[in-house]
Amino acid sequence: MPKKYHIPIKTAEPRHNTIGKYAIIEFREDCAGSCRECVKKKCIYGIFKENYMHLSTMNEPEYLYACHSCFRCVQECTKGIFSRVVNPEYRTLGDDYWKPEIIYKLWYQAHTGKVPVSGAGYRGPFVAAGFDSMWTDMSEIVRPTRDGIHGREYINTCFELSRRVSPLKFGEDMSLVSDVPPILENPIPLMLRLPDAFLSNKHIIESSAKAAQGLDTLLLLRPEDYSDALLPYARNLVPRLNGDNIMDHEDLILKSRAVELAFDSNIQETVRKVRDIKYDLVLIIGIPLDKNAASRAVELTHFDVDTLLFYADENGNELNAEHPRFLKEMIREVHLNLVNNFIRQKINLVFSGGIAMAEHMAKAIICGADGVIVDIPLLIALECRVCHRCRNGLSCPAKIDGKFDSEWGSQRMINLMGAWHNQLIEVMGAMGIREARRLRGEVGRSMWFEDLEMESFGPIFGKRKIAGLK
Amino acid sequence: MKKNNIHFQFPKTVKTPDRFRNPISKYTIRRNARCVSCGLCAELCPYGVHPRYDDYAKPLRPLDYKCIGFKCKENDFFCIDRCPEQALTLRRNPILDTLGDYRWTAEMLIGHWEMAETGNLPVVDLEYSLGNSGGGFDKIRFKIPDPDDYLNLTDTDMDTSVNLNKRGDGRPVRINAIPCYGGGMSYGSTALSVMTSRAQAATLLNTLTCTGEGGYPDELIPYADHVITQIATGLFGVREETILRAPMVEFKYAQGAKPGLGGHLLGDKVTPEVAAMRETVVGNALFSPFPFHSVYSVEDHKKHVDWVKEINPKALVSVKVSTPTDVDMVAVGSYYAGAHVVHLDGSYGGTGAAPDIAKKNIAMPIEYAIPKVHNFLKEEGVRDKVCLIASGGIRNAMDVAKAIALGADGVVIGTAELVALECVRCGHCESGRGCARGIATTDHELGKIITEQWATQRIVNMYMAWRKQWCEILRQYGLKSIKELVGRSDLLVHLDYLDEEERSKYQPAPQAELII
Repeated sequence: MPKKYHIPIKTAEPRHNTIGKYAIIEFREDCAGSCRECVKKKCIYGIFKENYMHLSTMNEPEYLYACHSCFRCVQECTKGIFSRVVNPEYRTLGDDYWKPEIIYKLWYQAHTGKVPVSGAGYRGPFVAAGFDSMWTDMSEIVRPTRDGIHGREYINTCFELSRRVSPLKFGEDMSLVSDVPPILENPIPLMLRLPDAFLSNKHIIESSAKAAQGLDTLLLLRPEDYSDALLPYARNLVPRLNGDNIMDHEDLILKSRAVELAFDSNIQETVRKVRDIKYDLVLIIGIPLDKNAASRAVELTHFDVDTLLFYADENGNELNAEHPRFLKEMIREVHLNLVNNFIRQKINLVFSGGIAMAEHMAKAIICGADGVIVDIPLLIALECRVCHRCRNGLSCPAKIDGKFDSEWGSQRMINLMGAWHNQLIEVMGAMGIREARRLRGEVGRSMWFEDLEMESFGPIFGKRKIAGLK
Repeated sequence: MKKNNIHFQFPKTVKTPDRFRNPISKYTIRRNARCVSCGLCAELCPYGVHPRYDDYAKPLRPLDYKCIGFKCKENDFFCIDRCPEQALTLRRNPILDTLGDYRWTAEMLIGHWEMAETGNLPVVDLEYSLGNSGGGFDKIRFKIPDPDDYLNLTDTDMDTSVNLNKRGDGRPVRINAIPCYGGGMSYGSTALSVMTSRAQAATLLNTLTCTGEGGYPDELIPYADHVITQIATGLFGVREETILRAPMVEFKYAQGAKPGLGGHLLGDKVTPEVAAMRETVVGNALFSPFPFHSVYSVEDHKKHVDWVKEINPKALVSVKVSTPTDVDMVAVGSYYAGAHVVHLDGSYGGTGAAPDIAKKNIAMPIEYAIPKVHNFLKEEGVRDKVCLIASGGIRNAMDVAKAIALGADGVVIGTAELVALECVRCGHCESGRGCARGIATTDHELGKIITEQWATQRIVNMYMAWRKQWCEILRQYGLKSIKELVGRSDLLVHLDYLDEEERSKYQPAPQAELII
């Protein structure tokens, strides 16, 4: 049997109390005090376990973050002294894009490495902006393995970072005569990168490097973040360089399998210089995801490079635009421009920015990406609350600005990515897609809000008068 | 009275109060220390918000779930204004912020609890027909009716029945008295008392309920004429005798909440009884494979259907599929394979356990699938030969009516029946001891907090309240039978497809940012 890709998931407890969605409020002044029917003793989740014993002290009402929302204490208390509120601390998590529920679920996955599973139906909006306006399709009959969840290990999630030579040439004796560049494959369609605008320190960097190794993926790293502590992980590190500093980091280039070069007007010259230092290197060009992205992709595909890495802003929006488009539309534009120029197979596309959940990874691939960059979720795995305090040099409420065990940090990141990998497989299994590479640009395995509205509702209701999703 | 026609005698509604001491209400009324217990509020309030015993002078806690709220202000019995000591305060209950979600809002939940209690439409001003999802049913409205079309008939004269066998193939004609039947919830996913009470309610309402894929417990045998045997990929508990018992057999090819994935029962819920029924090991999680390993094509599917028809010559066959892009082709294929009922389960449907990524992202919402399939079946010339049933995110009576107007013959209801039993949609059905409210649990202690009699009556009450809404819609459009509503999408409007002036005539879609 061939070796199967395996992510070593292991429970990694949070260092701080998880901020729950709801809090129970208890108006103790009305408490009977010695009620035999006290609901605190009956709570099936035991969230009052350490609390009800101290009733007699009549302390201030306290929040209990572990509430499972069954409402039984609220409804059964003989004096009706319980109520519930949305935990005000929960409301402060994240921002408009990195919403509290996203952060909360990422914490759970980083803790357990498990796919979030719940009962009852979907609870969210019918449709929303960004990736939430498309659905993945499923196949009623065709399955990749004919064996559902038990055959999931046969689903391949690899993606390539190295360029392809096409067509291959063979000599008269059928030996390969084409100059085949090195092959660099990632077993999971994502790479790691620490977000520039957020805090960084040696513990975070070491955790990320160790996680990249554990996941057998790559961590893109600024040269100033390299240290001797990262030597064991060198195989999984990619230095992020530019035309001005490549000659200063020749040593990094020599010991890396891939290098990221920032796009500039002299990129061709920079590529040549790097190739001179190490010829068989996978070159990734980092490009801003702006209005020129699609045309640059065509231009750069003709150069001697392997992968194009496009950077949207941290919320997945187009850069330098008055009305920025979302990642989904931008991926389509770049991908289709290459398809229309018959060169899509020659290059790999990776997109960065706004990848916040496992489904974003699957949907980005459907739109045309080969892989994605995971950035802010790495910090969320370390209990970051996306409060943005670190941008202003303020202290971190999750205390990741201090010392912590990089073993713990890397395990949290591995758990999170392991859960994402499993979710990708769930979705691919439902679609009947056996390989992530075959999912790339396969919009036929997706359904889009605008199309469904037009197809199903158009004949009934006529022309849509409200554009967008309002 | 005869069954199977419009003169079916519907069961009586019986007041069936909340199981818990403090029902959750839209409003709260607080009585402060100024109260001198004069008793005026108790005298005034016709809704019984202020209980008072003759031989007990002290004030009791108000029953705020009975309060009709601020709309009472126009009445001369408005206790807040009339209290001589100004001791009463009325507010919107802040707990509502923590109840419900975009699809099942807090008001929709409370509204259904009230319907299940009384069998009538709520008297409190609750929005129980529209959710906050911002699309689909929540943006579709029935057109403003022409008053001249109004039919002056009583509910008794209205026909809300649906015929499940339109094939004319010599098998029994099966008419349900209401255009709904119960969705499959397996033995193991819900408490046995819930299963049996759903079956009892289906019997009283002359409709059906479904075993789900966890087997057919003996406790359901008394209601066998109203219980569908489900055959799902795990084939748990499927035996010849359970197929022979069933008026209809349902093949579950896929489930809307987790299309493309098999069923999933977490190990905690696999008790000795559940394991015995499913012939598995106690405490081990159970995954049904996906899909049927014996089905690679429509021809294979036909063999399935023929197999069931051969075993039980009187059974109808339903085929439950999810909603992929080619759902229309799947539906036609199912018809030609011999299905009497094509059951579409949309992507926002309920489940006992499913990965969140699947619930949100896989397959299309039912609102799109119904007209797509209805029109395709019409184009193929077979629409009159097959019963099209929809499910998956159909929450209330108006959703049912909208689904029918979009093209379904009827619908399957799951979550709403559990809401009638006071489900709060906390989503913790799947693990540990299961549902803390005793609904989706196999825990012996928790399962006992629901009695069959109570649960049966709550479900009956809810459907009887729903029927009132359906009858009113039919009357407004001059229709006597809900069959006349099938495919009448000309009676519907979608807010996003109206110009601003026209849109202003309809109730806007609720919009609020929720914490879920």
